[in-house]
Amino acid sequence: MITLEIAGRQVQALPGQTILEAAEAAGIHIPTLCNLKGLTPRGACRLCLVEVTSWRGKVVPSCATVVEEGMTVVAHSARLRELRRTILELLFAERNHICSVCVSNGNCELQDLACELGMDHVRVPYRFPALGMDASHARYVVDHNRCVLCGRCVRACSEIEGAMTWGFAHRGVDTVVATDAGGPWVDSSTCTECGKCVEACPTGALLDKGTSVAEQVKDPEVVSRVTERRPRA
Amino acid sequence: MENIRIPVTRVEGHGLITLKLDDGGEVSDARFHVTEARGFERFCRGRALWEMPGITARICGICPASHLLCSAKAGDAILAVRVPRAADKLRRLMNLGQYVQSHALSFFHLSAPDLLLGWDSDPAKRNVLGLAEDSPELALKGIRLRAFGQEIIEALGGRRVHPAWAVPGGVRSPLPAEARDRLAAELPAARRTAEDALALFEKHLPEWQEEAETFGAFPSLFLSLVGPGNVWEHHDGLLRVVDEQRRPVAEGIDPARYFDYVGEAVEGWSYLKFPYWKAHGYPDGLYRVGPLARLNCCDSMGTPLADEVLGRFRKVADGEAVTGSFYYHYARLIEILASLERIEGYLGDDDLQSERVRADAGINELEGVGVHEAPRGTLLHHYWVDENGIIERANLIVSTGHNNLAMNRTVAQIGRHYLTGQKVTEGLLNRLEGGIRAYDPCLSCSVHAAGSMPLKVRLEGPDGEIIDEKGRR
Repeated sequence: MITLEIAGRQVQALPGQTILEAAEAAGIHIPTLCNLKGLTPRGACRLCLVEVTSWRGKVVPSCATVVEEGMTVVAHSARLRELRRTILELLFAERNHICSVCVSNGNCELQDLACELGMDHVRVPYRFPALGMDASHARYVVDHNRCVLCGRCVRACSEIEGAMTWGFAHRGVDTVVATDAGGPWVDSSTCTECGKCVEACPTGALLDKGTSVAEQVKDPEVVSRVTERRPRA
Repeated sequence: MENIRIPVTRVEGHGLITLKLDDGGEVSDARFHVTEARGFERFCRGRALWEMPGITARICGICPASHLLCSAKAGDAILAVRVPRAADKLRRLMNLGQYVQSHALSFFHLSAPDLLLGWDSDPAKRNVLGLAEDSPELALKGIRLRAFGQEIIEALGGRRVHPAWAVPGGVRSPLPAEARDRLAAELPAARRTAEDALALFEKHLPEWQEEAETFGAFPSLFLSLVGPGNVWEHHDGLLRVVDEQRRPVAEGIDPARYFDYVGEAVEGWSYLKFPYWKAHGYPDGLYRVGPLARLNCCDSMGTPLADEVLGRFRKVADGEAVTGSFYYHYARLIEILASLERIEGYLGDDDLQSERVRADAGINELEGVGVHEAPRGTLLHHYWVDENGIIERANLIVSTGHNNLAMNRTVAQIGRHYLTGQKVTEGLLNRLEGGIRAYDPCLSCSVHAAGSMPLKVRLEGPDGEIIDEKGRR
């Protein structure tokens, strides 16, 4: 066992566990977005940043940093609050997130984070990118306007379903999620229509076709339920 | 020569009235400008059909239910489905709740202060609070009546403003039995209030003759939906147009073909378009929509109490069409009563607890028109989608737009009658506003724009110089 300090408390963890896992096991809450139990950590959203005092105050993503003996971790501070809020504001400003008319209004992890972190306004200008929706699939829709590029769909598709349909296309600020090598979802030859990407998506970016405002309720825990039932190799 | 410009208050949105004077100081022309632009039709493009009811409901905070229901109907047309019987009844119930709340707001909160406190009374008190001071019982009852309408919307849609409950193919949920019982218990009081307000209006009507004869009193066409046998209709049916003598000009028109009959003119001085009846040309094809038009177009209300009052309403014009826009108030009160009678019928209907409320279908048409009678008049949503149900184009024709020509003629008529000298007096300002308010316009909706409605009045001389300007926020 490894002993470390998180948010002023002595915490026990197994070797190889992440700071986030150790914190959650000890009941210490750290905000997350791209992290989903059952998927490998990615460190894409940076909302779970913590300060490691024993590393001279270095800021690291807790979901992707392994615990060390004697480590001292600050989970909540004015600096972290400001960093997390700024990251969240950038996420909102990057695409077109209009909660009032969104299928996931009231059931959205991004919206919940805005409430949790007290994001009452956005201090950076919105980009208003001209992005579309792909409603070609018979059952599911992707709306790039609401995507935060967390990659949960990509990981669920490759790690859990093994279809590897979803991936990232383009670069930098132009990055979007794409099926196969791009093109309409309906044309994908790899998609098994399992729907785990929709369940894993934290926002209204992936949705069931035909849902109206605030009607989309997701079950991201389906990913961990599936992995826990699966026989270990 | 001069212009008088008046900002309008106690309506929804922003507006400006310009009165143009000739060399003799008489009103030569009047314009009612809608000074906002929004662009809903543009930013709906690229969105999925199923989101449209929720998006277009956001056009307005007063009549979101109307846009919601109309949009869902346009969606039905694109799915090419007939909505389940229960869903149709539930949608109708919501619209009747919308009529009660919107009409009660128009009459008690917005217009009763002018009517009951007097056109020239102190503007600081000429509002619903002043009314509450003067006639506390009436004001309170009016507020409760509006709340009853909103409770219906909330019972169905889960919230009073911007419910997203109607969807292409039907509705999301039925009326819970518990809500039905609660509404049924409140219904008798609502009905008494509606009847009392009607009696009060009829009692005072003789005192308002000058306003009744100058607030948009002119012959015109009237357009609305009617049901089978020309019964009063609020959610479906076919278009009927009658003239000032109630002679049918057109009947049995499929609303989806509206563009064959209605043209839209554009003037450089207003963001609001000017629809007109094509066969009569522009601007002679002026027609009116809304409560007055619905009552002029129908042959009966379809419920006993409302039919009785309709008989009295008809006597105003000896059986011909009532052509004074002041009578919109009268028509509105009759429609509240008719709505309450129909609500009573629906509350006793077991279909409204049915779980079969949503027809499921894919994209079966690439174009669809939804038509609906909003409290303010006929509302049209026309969508074009791609094979996947993504909106390529949307056209919304809203009630206030239909009445644009009529509102312009109304302010000219009031200006001519009440302008003395070259000053905008409080009495003139308020009557100009009152003339507009009779239509219960929603300028926010009309240009799909937001906000409360400060109206300005400007008095302009023959060369366009501003002689006087008055307004309030």
